[in-house]
Amino acid sequence: MPEVNAYKPKIVAFCCNWCSYAGADLAGTNRLNYPADVKIIRVPCSCRVNPMFILRAFQRGADGVILCGCHPGDCHYTTGNYYARRRMTLLFSMLDYLGIEKERTRVEWVSAAEGAKFAATMNDFVSTVAALGENKRLEDLRCKE
Amino acid sequence: MQGMMIARAKELLQNGTVNRVLGWQTGEFVYDITPAVFETAEELDEKFVYNAFCGNNLSKYLVKETKKDGKILVFLKPCDTYSFNQLLTEHRFDREKVYAIGIPCDGKTSGEMVKSKGLSGITGIDEDGDNITVHTIYEDKTFNRDEILEERCRTCKSKKHVAYDELIGEDGEVLDSHRFDMVAKLEAMTPDERFAFWRSQLSKCIRCNACRNVCPACTCEKCVFDNPASGIAQKAAADSFEENMFHIIRAFHVAGRCTDCGECSRVCPQNIPLHLLNRKFIKDIDELYGDYQAGAEVGSRAPLVNYTAEDVEPSIVYHREGK
Ligand code: SF4
Ligand code: SF4
Ligand code: SF4
Ligand code: FES
Repeated sequence: MPEVNAYKPKIVAFCCNWCSYAGADLAGTNRLNYPADVKIIRVPCSCRVNPMFILRAFQRGADGVILCGCHPGDCHYTTGNYYARRRMTLLFSMLDYLGIEKERTRVEWVSAAEGAKFAATMNDFVSTVAALGENKRLEDLRCKE
Repeated sequence: MQGMMIARAKELLQNGTVNRVLGWQTGEFVYDITPAVFETAEELDEKFVYNAFCGNNLSKYLVKETKKDGKILVFLKPCDTYSFNQLLTEHRFDREKVYAIGIPCDGKTSGEMVKSKGLSGITGIDEDGDNITVHTIYEDKTFNRDEILEERCRTCKSKKHVAYDELIGEDGEVLDSHRFDMVAKLEAMTPDERFAFWRSQLSKCIRCNACRNVCPACTCEKCVFDNPASGIAQKAAADSFEENMFHIIRAFHVAGRCTDCGECSRVCPQNIPLHLLNRKFIKDIDELYGDYQAGAEVGSRAPLVNYTAEDVEPSIVYHREGK
């Protein structure tokens, strides 16, 4: 059983409108559990997310940031997630290079039919980030309560 | 070399090929070189210089200069020709309005570098093969080139000109420069060590924006760092987050387009090794998406506006060795 006061990480999940957001919906309608600390931000396509979005999320208090989009090849705009994939790979590698825990960032492809994958992904990501503890290396104290 | 360049510039001015010359002139001190535009033979005789202090990459100035009437002559060192091509790839200036002369370069030093060797009262500099002689009001001191070259010149990637209308002197070769050695060294450290290293470096930044202003890849009409809504516009960083943010975003914006010309590190008044950020992206791109040298040719597609269906997944970052 989880402790009552156990640390709960704040997670921001950018989900593309066409697949992953629908996948999250499906997880909901199927009553699959995932922590309420996952805050979903809907974006038109995974490639709408630029590195600034990820950094901003950390600035505003996120302990982990995950980007979900359609599976490669299935992007509603055909190629958006291919660009997003390169962008995020390089960004995550840079964060790691700066000594910021790489486990705080993730990309996962979740289709509209994968409600179960969505819930499982979030559960796994939340527990990974929880194990890391609070985001200290990319925090902005002015934004903390 | 300086003499030959002035003579050729005068010819091209006189026969009407160009109406201006973009080159270097001495500022307040001999090591204090600034880019300058010359319009007459007299100006060239009086002020034009080319010596081991002339590190400035002139290609970025073409963006503004080609908006004016007439053709301009520009002198390009090998590394500058990569920036020249990259700017052309991005349609940032009109090739028709430029006459480019490639000139040899055996590496540049800087006032700061020379002063760090204990010299003061510097009055001039001469090159002779592997030696560089610095003249001061007290003495003449001769160094082996490698002792006083700037970091980017010690790890020069190429002596080959990839763009020019004519060459003065011999063209060189692409070099095996070991320029990624320091990046590899950082990669091999623990995350804690890397974090400490970058905190000690990035916290020195005074946000003068010189690195952006000088960068040939940073020619955006409206830069994110001038946008008041960005929260990080035109001001010193308020905390470590803003320091990180500025440096990640700056390096990311030029990723895949940065030719590794080294101007950013050269101008940084705080001596922050910005090239180690840029080169991290270059190294990653080379390793993950295949070797790519920005500016090697005109019209190549930058890796971040390109993809293949088989690209690696971002999760590769968790599995790479040495981290
Ligand atoms: S030149 Fe150096 S001090 Fe100035 S903004 Fe760039 S990194 Fe900061
Ligand atoms: S980031 Fe630095 S090395 Fe790269 S193109 Fe700009 S000035 Fe040159
Ligand atoms: S920092 Fe980014 S927005 Fe600003 S000039 Fe450079 S590339 Fe353009
Ligand atoms: S629409 Fe889902 S990734 Fe592009």
